[in-house]
Amino acid sequence: MAQHWRAGAAGLAVLGLTLTACGGAKVGDSSSAGSTSSGGKCGTFNLAVNPWVGYEADAAVVAYVAQHDLGCTVSKKDLKEEIAWQGFGTGEIDAVLENWGHDDLKKKYITGQKTAVEAGSTGNKGIIGWYVPPWLAKAHPDILDWKNLDKYASNFKTSESGGKGQLLDGDPSYVTNDAALVKNLKLDFKVVYAGSETALIQAFRTAEKNKQWLIGYFYEPQWFLSEVPLKKVSLPAYTTGCDADAAKVACDYPVYDLDKIVSASFAKSGSPAYDLVKNFNWTNDDQNTVAKYIAVDKLSDDAAAKKWVDANPDKVKAWLK
Amino acid sequence: MAAVADATVPVATIRRKVSRPMVVAAILVVWLVLFAALRGRQTLTLAAADLTALHRWLNDVNDSIGANRNSNPLFLYFFNEIRLVIDNLVTFVQSLISQPADGRPVPQIGWLGVVGVTGYVSWAVGNWRVALLAVAGFTFFGLQGLWQESMDTLALTLSAVLVALLIGIPLGVWAGLSDRVNRIMTPFLDFMQTMPTFVYLAPLTLIFLIGGASAVITTVIYAAPPAIRITAHAIRSVPETTVEAADSLGATRMQQLVKVLLPMSKRTVVMGVNQTIMAALAMVTIAALIDAPGLGKTVMQALTSLDVGTAFNAGLAIVVMAIVLDRVTTAAAARTEARRTDGWFLKWRRPLLGAGGVAAAVLVYLSHTYVWAAEFPGDGTVGSHLASGADTATTWMQDHLFGLTNALRDALTNGLLNPFQTLLTDSPWWLVGAVLVALGAVLGGWRAGVTAAVCVGLLVGTGLWSDSMTTLASTAVATVLTMLAGVVFGVWMGRSALVDGLLRPTLDAAQVMPPFVYLVPFLALFGATRFTAIIAGVVYAAPVAIKIIADGVRNVPESTVEAATSAGCNTWQIITKVQLPMARGALTLATNQGLIYVLSMVVLGGLVGAGALGYDVVAGFSQGELYGKGLAAGLAIVLLGVMFDRITQAAARRTRA
Repeated sequence: MAQHWRAGAAGLAVLGLTLTACGGAKVGDSSSAGSTSSGGKCGTFNLAVNPWVGYEADAAVVAYVAQHDLGCTVSKKDLKEEIAWQGFGTGEIDAVLENWGHDDLKKKYITGQKTAVEAGSTGNKGIIGWYVPPWLAKAHPDILDWKNLDKYASNFKTSESGGKGQLLDGDPSYVTNDAALVKNLKLDFKVVYAGSETALIQAFRTAEKNKQWLIGYFYEPQWFLSEVPLKKVSLPAYTTGCDADAAKVACDYPVYDLDKIVSASFAKSGSPAYDLVKNFNWTNDDQNTVAKYIAVDKLSDDAAAKKWVDANPDKVKAWLK
Repeated sequence: MAAVADATVPVATIRRKVSRPMVVAAILVVWLVLFAALRGRQTLTLAAADLTALHRWLNDVNDSIGANRNSNPLFLYFFNEIRLVIDNLVTFVQSLISQPADGRPVPQIGWLGVVGVTGYVSWAVGNWRVALLAVAGFTFFGLQGLWQESMDTLALTLSAVLVALLIGIPLGVWAGLSDRVNRIMTPFLDFMQTMPTFVYLAPLTLIFLIGGASAVITTVIYAAPPAIRITAHAIRSVPETTVEAADSLGATRMQQLVKVLLPMSKRTVVMGVNQTIMAALAMVTIAALIDAPGLGKTVMQALTSLDVGTAFNAGLAIVVMAIVLDRVTTAAAARTEARRTDGWFLKWRRPLLGAGGVAAAVLVYLSHTYVWAAEFPGDGTVGSHLASGADTATTWMQDHLFGLTNALRDALTNGLLNPFQTLLTDSPWWLVGAVLVALGAVLGGWRAGVTAAVCVGLLVGTGLWSDSMTTLASTAVATVLTMLAGVVFGVWMGRSALVDGLLRPTLDAAQVMPPFVYLVPFLALFGATRFTAIIAGVVYAAPVAIKIIADGVRNVPESTVEAATSAGCNTWQIITKVQLPMARGALTLATNQGLIYVLSMVVLGGLVGAGALGYDVVAGFSQGELYGKGLAAGLAIVLLGVMFDRITQAAARRTRA
């Protein structure tokens, strides 16, 4: 038995040596390994990535610039808003790049726990409202005024809406007054909760393709609008303070100035990444371009960012000054 | 079916058998009459944004934990230490197989080493067939272009399984030895398995921070209960006489445990390891919500741009990993039972094992040193072919089946779901509660009745009665559909080994494929509706029901079937009069498991338009202000689960008796 064992081991050793001899490049030989250590003083930059493609586009570009121009080690963390903000206090998150309002979180973490501070606008304008698929807006142009919605309510009936017209809402993380709006505008509609952005987008995609009646909550900037350009229904115009009492809202959503939030310690750290985050500013078109690279052209985050950065050196330079 | 069963039971029990369905029917009639009279009163509805005092109180508790994190000694000296240990474990395993380590651009062990070691270990603990499967499966990850993601998932799964077993096996042994411990532990285990993960994700990241440790702990909470339960069961199933024999030989308690109980229950304990691994893999996509690296992240990210192909590719990798790990552990369990005694094999096993070990070590060395063995060659073209294939298939389905699926949805929703839901939500709460308690008592005995009464009381206490009833309606419809599928396919599989062989891999895949992957096609086919959630629940729950029923049908004694055939029964008669009635125990067990599995999909249903409890949980996870409500909704799901589990189990014991 021992003989077999030795013979086997010897054979394998020979085999192993042969393989090693014709091995090829060794790990660590290539010079590419050292590329991250060029900057040095930036260190690790913890960037939250909230789960929508527009944010992914922001994060892709900022991470690309931080890594290539500032030499930071960027650690992207995929998290929902609430958990990302929670991370400011525990030191796990340095920056959130696209915040939609969220006065509740600002109150809790900026004025309450004082673990976060604001870092200015992203330059993106967030529009929220009720949208219909383009075919419907074309076939019935008057539907784009809320006053005519009741006339068509029966067309929007579904198996879920209990005899009324269906108004489809999406992910519960997003700001919505829809239930109060329906009640206060006395519309013959019922809010049905799709529960996720995925469900909402798929619903609009199906509705446009099969010429179905659908009205739902949506927002821009959003990559999906480049695939199906949804049309916004006008609600009674927004005036300052008309949404002060959540139960009595009867006006359109305000235009949100999307902004950046950073952790209090990151703001004081003197990291070049903080200056980058503070200076980062671009337009809805810019974001839509990168979001389209990611969602429609299926580029990786890094490749999409590179494509945009290479095409817009001036904008990037302004962030780095 | 009950009437058919009656034909075969002795006269003495006929009176009880006949009266039970009649009592149930009477309860239902009374319910309908009272519903007509009292419709819409005392329904306890609560609007989507409204909260009760309990919900607000839970919010405050959560906030105060967050605010005191850095000063509380419990955190400083207890949670932080646990976090540190687990974090180190995860980082260590990751540095071995998935993440760049020690200034190297690649992990310590490259793909060749991992494939080699996996093959070797599979062969050593199992047999050469599962070793081949393991090597093929792991190589497939590389071909898919998902090597690193797969290894991250494997690293997290291995760490979580290790921790789960370290906790689970000792606890299981303890619960196996002591009836009292077992009784105390069972409700906690039920709780850990049915409480939706979404509810505790956010608090966990507050306690254990974002990162590997939180992901592992989330997984352990869900994956440890099977290890505990099955170990306890294994210890309990050791024959009394064996233990007594050891006793009479004067063995101490410790000797008894180490020399008798543990060795004799080894095979079952290995099956517990198997179930723990499967449960851990089920958490891969959920853990991605708190930044757990790996395949789950790929699935979730693909979903934000509705990229079904990419999600499918990653989901398939999870399926392959699950099947490989399942088959290897099953083979390991079989080996511990049946040691080969044949001489040639025994003589050669040791040297072969040694040689294999050396070969694996050489592969590890190569993959540590050379780039070609460290980084998987190629750019994953198989993966992109798979992705585009899945895309084409879903587009075709959406284009061609749309009208049909819509008609099916509307028929079932309007014909079955809506009336049933109205009955549940529009009746006064005390009426529905009384009906549930009465049904529990009639079907499962007075103990089940008491359990039902307690659960109903607590459900009212959560402040989410109406939402619970909406969810209950969908759950009941999904369970009925699950049982229909279970009976049709289960009988078919039970009667034909060929069909069994063909269907079983599909069922395995349906069980471990992350539901997030098929949500998008389902949404396209059925829209954002309760029905989509029901179908998702059926896809997840039916495989379990089918397998249980198939086993039940197969276990009907051959001689009985032959006797029926010679008596001139045709196939239909054999199925309905012999095989199904004799598999009654399996049918009740399948109902029990079907219900529990459907309930575990409630939260996912909330993401596709089911509303009610599932939506409450999702909303609580997304919005701080709704956290308390989400937690209460999670509790309501647990209560529904416990209530039905106890009733069906008690009913199953009665049908067997």
